[in-house]
Amino acid sequence: MTATAKKPPETEDSRQRQRRALRLSWVDLFLWAIRIAAIIIIVVGLIGSIQKFIAGEGISAEGWRDLLVSSLSQGAMYGLLALGYSMVYGVLGFINFAHGEVFMSGTMVGFIAANWLFENGIWDSSPILSLLLVLLVAMVTSTLLAVIIERVAYRRLRGSPRLIPLITSIGMSFFIQYSFAGFFGAGFNTYPPPPEILAGSVTIFGIEIRTTQLTVIIIAIVAMIGLWYFVTKTKTGRAIRAVAEDKEIAGLMGINVDRTIVAVFAVGGAMAGVAALMWALLFRSVNFLTGFIPGIKAFTAAVLGGVGNMVGAMGGGVLLGLFEGLGPLLILGGLGIEGATQLKDAVAFMALVLVLIFRPSGLFGERLGSEDRV
Amino acid sequence: MKSNRVMRLLAILGALVLILAACGDGDAVDTTEGEAVATTEAPETTEAPETTEAPETTEAPEGPPEAGPLGAVTVAAGDPIEIRSLEAISGPVAFLGIPNERATQMAINDYGQIKGHDVNLGVGLDDLCSGEGGQAAAQTIVADEQILGVIGTSCSGAAIAAIPLISGAGMVLVSPSNTSPALTSDLAGTPGIDYQPGYYRIAHNDLFQGQAVAEFVFNDLGLTTAAAIHDGDSYTQGLAQAFADAYTELGGTITLVVGVGKEDTDMTPVLSEIGQDSPEAIYLPIFQPAGDFIVQQFAGVAGLADTQLVGADGLLVSDFLAIVESEGMYFSGPNLAFGENANAVTGVSANDFLSSYETEFGEAPTAAFWAHAYDATAMLLASIEDVAVELDDGSLFIDRQALRDSLTSFTGAGMTGGLACDAFGDCGSQEIQIVIHDDSAITDSTQLEVVFTFKGEIS
Repeated sequence: MTATAKKPPETEDSRQRQRRALRLSWVDLFLWAIRIAAIIIIVVGLIGSIQKFIAGEGISAEGWRDLLVSSLSQGAMYGLLALGYSMVYGVLGFINFAHGEVFMSGTMVGFIAANWLFENGIWDSSPILSLLLVLLVAMVTSTLLAVIIERVAYRRLRGSPRLIPLITSIGMSFFIQYSFAGFFGAGFNTYPPPPEILAGSVTIFGIEIRTTQLTVIIIAIVAMIGLWYFVTKTKTGRAIRAVAEDKEIAGLMGINVDRTIVAVFAVGGAMAGVAALMWALLFRSVNFLTGFIPGIKAFTAAVLGGVGNMVGAMGGGVLLGLFEGLGPLLILGGLGIEGATQLKDAVAFMALVLVLIFRPSGLFGERLGSEDRV
Repeated sequence: MKSNRVMRLLAILGALVLILAACGDGDAVDTTEGEAVATTEAPETTEAPETTEAPETTEAPEGPPEAGPLGAVTVAAGDPIEIRSLEAISGPVAFLGIPNERATQMAINDYGQIKGHDVNLGVGLDDLCSGEGGQAAAQTIVADEQILGVIGTSCSGAAIAAIPLISGAGMVLVSPSNTSPALTSDLAGTPGIDYQPGYYRIAHNDLFQGQAVAEFVFNDLGLTTAAAIHDGDSYTQGLAQAFADAYTELGGTITLVVGVGKEDTDMTPVLSEIGQDSPEAIYLPIFQPAGDFIVQQFAGVAGLADTQLVGADGLLVSDFLAIVESEGMYFSGPNLAFGENANAVTGVSANDFLSSYETEFGEAPTAAFWAHAYDATAMLLASIEDVAVELDDGSLFIDRQALRDSLTSFTGAGMTGGLACDAFGDCGSQEIQIVIHDDSAITDSTQLEVVFTFKGEIS
């Protein structure tokens, strides 16, 4: 009796399970359809672009070279900024939205230094010293601001639910923006043009590259090597990695967790300061909102590369720069769409969505602390 | 204790009043304005019904003036003629509307009485530089049948919302600073989608600015291919398109009209895309900071080595002119060097006006359309005087259709140049200038050398 009584619900259950399985497969199908469609669009667009190029239409070889170099240099800047987001996320598990403003502070105060050097003729007479001075000023400003933010706004919130420091960081972001608007005015300040030695272009392996863009790429590589050395070879660096892995156990092993977290913010701030110098060379115009959009892009880059992963942050930044700079013209241009560059941001964020569909944990994989691993 | 309680009640009442006043800023102004109008106008409106439409029948002893299709206004003896000001006098665009409103009042003072009647502007209305603001204010205005016309609005968007109501009530709207082609015509006889009879303006039509740039680039510079960059805003997009259309009409080739984001920093992609066709000129009617990034990244982009950049009035600001790379650029904009130009109706010159403005308000006008507001007011008052018929009892009879006809046929010199309306209400001198910026040490836009002047005729 019991067996027969039990049977009907079982079949009902299995039918439900079947239906659920069917529904899941629809979602899968849909995702696969998106993947295939994306690949087809990209391939057709690429073929179109190549055909155009061979036919001698569209953008010339020099045009593509310029685009590639400018995308790489912009991407390198995103990457350095993304490091700050990624390291804080890796250690504390929240997005420090004020990081864009840390970068902005570097560009604004760096401008004051650059302008002073320019007005006193030092900018042109000793350009390398001037650039180093501006770099120093920007790095010190950004590092100090990052450390102060951590001390004032985030330290007391340690251990509270993750949403709270997140909202605090958004508040911090507005506070810093409008403090700078109050101190420096809301208008645009323009850095002096890069010194003579960076004005022209150099030829490397037969490829002509603008000196400013080459400088920016070199600065990024040097900064990355320095950071890699710091994180892997020094005591503080090892402490940072230990704290990122597990705060409590790191504490039990005798690591001063608070001091290590300050070091994380300081390193992130210093990288933002380096990015500020890159901005000064590449884009030059700064105001109190300068940090907002690069901040969002850098955060995107961090997700693209895999949150918490330092190589991922840098790689994500460079890739985002390439997607943005080359994507619209290479793919949409190849499909014969006019004015494709208007869709620059759409292409960049579509690329992000696609990467996450194919690899949900980012291109280089997430590196999260024990609490964040699911 | 008792006094305490009374104080507390008073405090609560006070707080309530403040909250009510704070809610819906503009609306509060409008409603109090409406009430004020209603109370001052009440006696006239009670008298008016007998006189507005009825005079022909009741008071028809000698040549009774007949009201036209739009009706007429009778101003009783001793009463003032009513017009209104509708400008953006609060919010971020107040710098534009406040000098307009002040110039309107000053023009009324300079003009004096019309056939023994004062002119009353009432309390200045606020268009909030938005459709909502324009519509709310227009509702207040049309509720008062004694009003003949309105000087305003500051912003095209507000006028688009206000003009259906104002036109429908038979009134006229004379704007100092609207430039949208939609409000008047395409300059080829087709009315704009928002054109309504009774609309007039002194500011230039954006199509003229586009035309001026096209003629300068094509004829004077002799460049035959061009591109245009806008930032998606309706003003910049409209102007870029106006330029492209005019340039094509002249025989030039537009290679690309493309948009950039207002927040974009890396302009190499968009410049590379434009560089594909190596245009000889690029017109960029955009603002900072996008304009900064374009001129800074422009040098060295493949295909743009010999390309000439032309900006518009949005970039004629000192921060932009200070950028070294902006040297060598041309800029288009309305002619704002009024100097000794005098308004023929009042006889006041622009320089005299400026000095009395500064004496009265302790500052120079914060925006450039004060002269347009002055001319608009003088033109409206002169047209009212032209059609006003004095009746035996000392009242004035003003036919609304006749007033429109008079405005349309108005010609005369203004501070802004010669005024003459076309069939769709474009009355301004339409004088567009192109200036050259050859020294980044000069950051005052009025100091730039004028290289081309466009008088507003389509060739």
